[in-house]
Amino acid sequence: MFRFFAIRVLRAVLTVALVVTFAFIVLRLSGDPARSIMGDDASPEAMTAFRREWGLDQPLWMQYFHYFAAIFEGELGRSMRGGVPALDLVLERIPATLMLTLPAFLMKLAIGIPAGVYAALYRDSVIDRAVMVTAVAGYTVPSFVLGLVLVQLLAIWVAWLPTGGTGGLQHLILPIITLGVGGAAVLARFVRSAMLEVLGQPYIRAASAKGIPWASVVRGHALPNAAIPTVTIVGFMVGNLIAGSVVVESVFSWPGVGNLLVVSVAARDLAVVQSILLLVAAAMVFSNLIVDFLYGVLDPRLANGNTGGDH
Amino acid sequence: MGNLAGCATGYVFPAAPAPQPLLVIEGMTVDFNGVRVLRGIDLTLARGEALGIVGESGSGKSVTWLAALGLLPRSATVSGSVRLDGEEMLGAAASRLDRIRGGRVAMIFQDPSSALNPVLRIGRQIGEVLARHHGVSGSNIRAEAKRLFDLVGLPDAARRFDAYPHELSGGQNQRVMIAMALAGKPDVLVADEPTTALDATIQAQILDLLTTIRRETGMALVLISHDLGVVSETCDRIIVMYTGSVVETAPADAIFASPRHPYTQGLLAALPPFEGALHRLVPIEGQVPDPTNLPPGCAFAPRCPKRLAVCEEAVPPLAQPENGRFSACIAATVQPARLSLKLNTSVLA
Ligand SMILES: Nc1ncnc2c1ncn2[C@@H]1O[C@H](COP(=O)(O)OP(=O)(O)OP(=O)(O)O)[C@@H](O)[C@H]1O
Ligand SMILES: [Mg+2]
Repeated sequence: MFRFFAIRVLRAVLTVALVVTFAFIVLRLSGDPARSIMGDDASPEAMTAFRREWGLDQPLWMQYFHYFAAIFEGELGRSMRGGVPALDLVLERIPATLMLTLPAFLMKLAIGIPAGVYAALYRDSVIDRAVMVTAVAGYTVPSFVLGLVLVQLLAIWVAWLPTGGTGGLQHLILPIITLGVGGAAVLARFVRSAMLEVLGQPYIRAASAKGIPWASVVRGHALPNAAIPTVTIVGFMVGNLIAGSVVVESVFSWPGVGNLLVVSVAARDLAVVQSILLLVAAAMVFSNLIVDFLYGVLDPRLANGNTGGDH
Repeated sequence: MGNLAGCATGYVFPAAPAPQPLLVIEGMTVDFNGVRVLRGIDLTLARGEALGIVGESGSGKSVTWLAALGLLPRSATVSGSVRLDGEEMLGAAASRLDRIRGGRVAMIFQDPSSALNPVLRIGRQIGEVLARHHGVSGSNIRAEAKRLFDLVGLPDAARRFDAYPHELSGGQNQRVMIAMALAGKPDVLVADEPTTALDATIQAQILDLLTTIRRETGMALVLISHDLGVVSETCDRIIVMYTGSVVETAPADAIFASPRHPYTQGLLAALPPFEGALHRLVPIEGQVPDPTNLPPGCAFAPRCPKRLAVCEEAVPPLAQPENGRFSACIAATVQPARLSLKLNTSVLA
């Protein structure tokens, strides 16, 4: 068990290091922070001073080295816009983002799982067709398109809800729906195919042959098996709670982490971008650990590891 | 009623004047998406009888019993009649079927390891049968399960209750399946190729176990197999199926001594000899026709060495050439029975 987790954690650290390196290279090579933050009109002297202050005059590999060394001391740097610690800037935005992504996550589960289960149980019925058509639509329409359509319908034409920004609960409704629909669709499709796979297994027929009523066969025999592959995708959604709403936050001008990311990338505000990436990576790693743990709980074939590699 | 296959009650209960059979299947057909795979099955099962069902792959052995128990997917259309103690089962309400399945008629399957739910402990899986059919609850479940595990010869019975199926071997899992089937105290156990997935020594052990249990409990056994040898050792009476029809039915010893239908004769010829005899095995030539494309007459005619012109015109009915025996073959009734006897002795020699 210890070895199992030690390997996971080591792999996670390597992943994060790669992501951060990638962001460093892309942001450093794609533009000049001094120019994007000070503006084109700034004097050459001011530019030089800015570069010296933020270490931008040093060779690239030195900057990279300093950055990495700082991370290991728990120092994620400061925003080049205003000098505030980057991590504080990011953490401050997290509640706003979770206000959208958590309810959207619950919406995905509450709609996606029952819809997928029903579609599988009533395969090829009207319910199944309806769920699948909706799911394909919800899955293929990009969230910014859906967001704009919802704004047009509910905020502009009938004017029931605000077009964006913050304020009361009514400001949350459209962004949450926009976020939730796609995920619910993905989950419905996934759960449906997982259920169909399980319902075709011999042990389901064998359970019916024992005289177990169908509802109990579904609940007691099919669902626990279908849950195993489903955990993967739900875990992925958990990992996305922090960074999964970049597009929607932009469409609805919501002051969350996603919005901060867009602004900071545009400004080449490296420390802030890196902090967000680190946080996102950490969330992903964390959710992966939970998924692995849940596999062990849900699938006894993995728990004692004697038939490993079954997945 | 005339050609109802095998009212073999005569020799099972020689003294009793025609007792009501336990289970009667009449004119049962099954279609999958418009393709008929079961073409009117008639059979009876007496109380305590051991009935063998043989036939090549795809002949409808499994579908017959799955249909009888209402276990086919919705894509199947079933018609005809299945009566258990005179009560119709086809189209019965789900709640009544659930009381019959596992309670009065239990079924076990080919691959025990996939017929057990991989994520549930074995104790839970046998416990739900005990709870459902006999209201056993709490710690009594564990005690009763241990008794059943001992009965089926599962080693280390007490500890198996908390094990998962993947922790047991295939043979042990089949013993668990049999214990689960016995948990309902059924009148009939349908065993669908219970040993095909197991290796040879385990196969023999499981067949012995089924025979012993039947003797001790008095339940009827339906043993499905593609191996005439396996079935004839275990069963009183044998039904031979081909492309969704019964082609012959007879007492086990009679079918060995004098098979009537050329298909049965072919199955016998394909059987390995008991003791290192020298003659070659003769597999039946040709292939089982596809259910979507059956010949107009006898389905076996294209492969039949005794084919007559009439065989390709009409489907032969299941006729009764002598007491307790039925055969669906025109050639066998037209030609003197001597001929088939002679052929057969050459096969067994
Ligand atoms: N779920 C299904 N959908 C469509 N066709 C089916 C289904 N189940 C069985 N069949 C068809 O019904 C026919 C009889 O199948 P069945 O399983 O009863 O054969 P069997 O005699 O048990 O053969 P085996 O020895 O291979 O188990 C075959 O042609 C098979 O293809
Ligand atoms: Mg079969």
